[in-house]
Amino acid sequence: MQLDFTDFSIILPPTILIAWACALLLVDLFVPKERKGITAFLAALGLALTLGFTVTQIGREATGFNGMVTLDGFAIFTSALILVSGLLGIALACGYLKRMGIERGEYYSLMLFSVTGMLLMTQASDLIIVFLALELLSIPLYVLAAFARPNLQSEEAGLKYFLLGSFSTGFIVYGIALVFGATGTTSLSGIVASTPSLILTIGAALLLIGFGFKIAAVPFHMWTPDVYQGSPSAVTAFMSSGAKIAGFAALLRVFALAFPNLSADLTAVLWALSALTMIVGNFTAISQTDIKRMLAYSSIAHAGYILMAFVPFGNKDVVATSVAAGLFYLFAYVLANFGAWSVVIALEKSEGKGLEISDYMGLAKKYPALAAAMAVFMLSLIGFPPTLGLAGKFYLFRAAVEGGFTGLAIIGALTSLVSAYYYLRVVVNMYMREGDPTVEREPWLDITAAVTAVATVALSVVPQWLFLLAGSAVLKLF
Amino acid sequence: MISVNYYVILSAILFAIGALGVLIRRNPLIIFMSIELMLNAANLAFVAFGRSWEIAKGEAFFNGQIFVFFVIAVAAAEVAVGLALIVEIFKTKKNINIDEMNTLKG
Repeated sequence: MQLDFTDFSIILPPTILIAWACALLLVDLFVPKERKGITAFLAALGLALTLGFTVTQIGREATGFNGMVTLDGFAIFTSALILVSGLLGIALACGYLKRMGIERGEYYSLMLFSVTGMLLMTQASDLIIVFLALELLSIPLYVLAAFARPNLQSEEAGLKYFLLGSFSTGFIVYGIALVFGATGTTSLSGIVASTPSLILTIGAALLLIGFGFKIAAVPFHMWTPDVYQGSPSAVTAFMSSGAKIAGFAALLRVFALAFPNLSADLTAVLWALSALTMIVGNFTAISQTDIKRMLAYSSIAHAGYILMAFVPFGNKDVVATSVAAGLFYLFAYVLANFGAWSVVIALEKSEGKGLEISDYMGLAKKYPALAAAMAVFMLSLIGFPPTLGLAGKFYLFRAAVEGGFTGLAIIGALTSLVSAYYYLRVVVNMYMREGDPTVEREPWLDITAAVTAVATVALSVVPQWLFLLAGSAVLKLF
Repeated sequence: MISVNYYVILSAILFAIGALGVLIRRNPLIIFMSIELMLNAANLAFVAFGRSWEIAKGEAFFNGQIFVFFVIAVAAAEVAVGLALIVEIFKTKKNINIDEMNTLKG
């Protein structure tokens, strides 16, 4: 087999980014300690450059490296979303790290390494690449979770994330081994062509467990609240968006492309996972008093909603619209999630102060714009008009009903009602209670909050356009 | 010649021991060793399956063996990060028992 330039052009975005990250690690040595903003700027520049290259590839369809990687609309859509969340993650981090006294240059390199893994994950069409990309995205995240050392909470979060993360890796590797044993290949197109067998089903189930850990689906979610609470908030914001997008991208590609023949066995399992995740996530979030922990449970619940889009993965007629709805929802979730975290970071003080939901009392009187933005994010997460979250839930439930999963759609609608209780509590605290919160005004935080809030409201006027975009992204996949 | 089934059954047993170890033991180092056991159980399965497919196909076939190299390399990277995290925690609280890692809860 010969490798030529076409092969490398297919993985151009991750290649650029990893080269940039390695160079950044060296350049950072020459950046003086008090001016680490330069490193942040360079990292953002690398992400923007990669985003530019990704956008130029729109419309291309190709496979490379002997079928190991694929470039298609789905990969480009999810890559672009990941790169945007990387940029937002840096915008949240640069001021926050300085304020918390943990400003070290390697933060940005680690983030770029992790983003590289996520990009590769969206393109993987062989289980070897899925595994390598998964590790490339996870290992830097373990370090980032513990980045606030010697803060004990952060270290604990890092260790818990590491132990549970590598535990799930064990399941994924063993699952891949069984799939390989049953089919004699690791390429997704080779697996789908082989005859189903018991070993293949067990392998697929083990893979599902492993991915379940990564996307924090109940009952594999135990690590999520602890890790999201203990990690520095900027890391949590990035990890709850980027890692989730990549996890869902891999889950979708592996299950829709390699295992559609197993849908008779696995659809019921996915149904139960999705329903459990929505129910447990939303109901546990109610009793939380810490905003980071509340958002952690909310992100678990949203994983359940997105999982809903994958339930009909074996049904050729509806899977395309369903997955498009899932991508749309992912987009809406990422915007609202980053916005909410930018407000959390604005209120957070050193040593974990300012993180109670009661700390939001009276925010609207003192900082009306910030409170309005937070209200938009909370409404979008509930799925309330006029926000993108409403359109996301609408498409998602419609796809579930069309796929014949009316029960799941009903559970989704009911749990959304439950979620209104804890999201609106934040809004009530901001607007109807008295208090004297203090807020850190940093330009990049304000910009992130403003951009995500405006996008959440403005795009909800033209949801059809965005849905068609997501639909055209998955068109060639099936 | 020993049939591939025996290797796969052995690897399944090793995997189960590893998974149980993660769930039962309370020392992060032991948990970590159990995770390594799970990964190496998968390696054993890979090599066994690879060999049996090679015989079935009747030609040189390295996919399983190559995957093992990737797993070994990634496991080494995980060790580097994991041990660093454990050392950091030990420096902060002079104790690495999992049950006492309870500053985060709610």
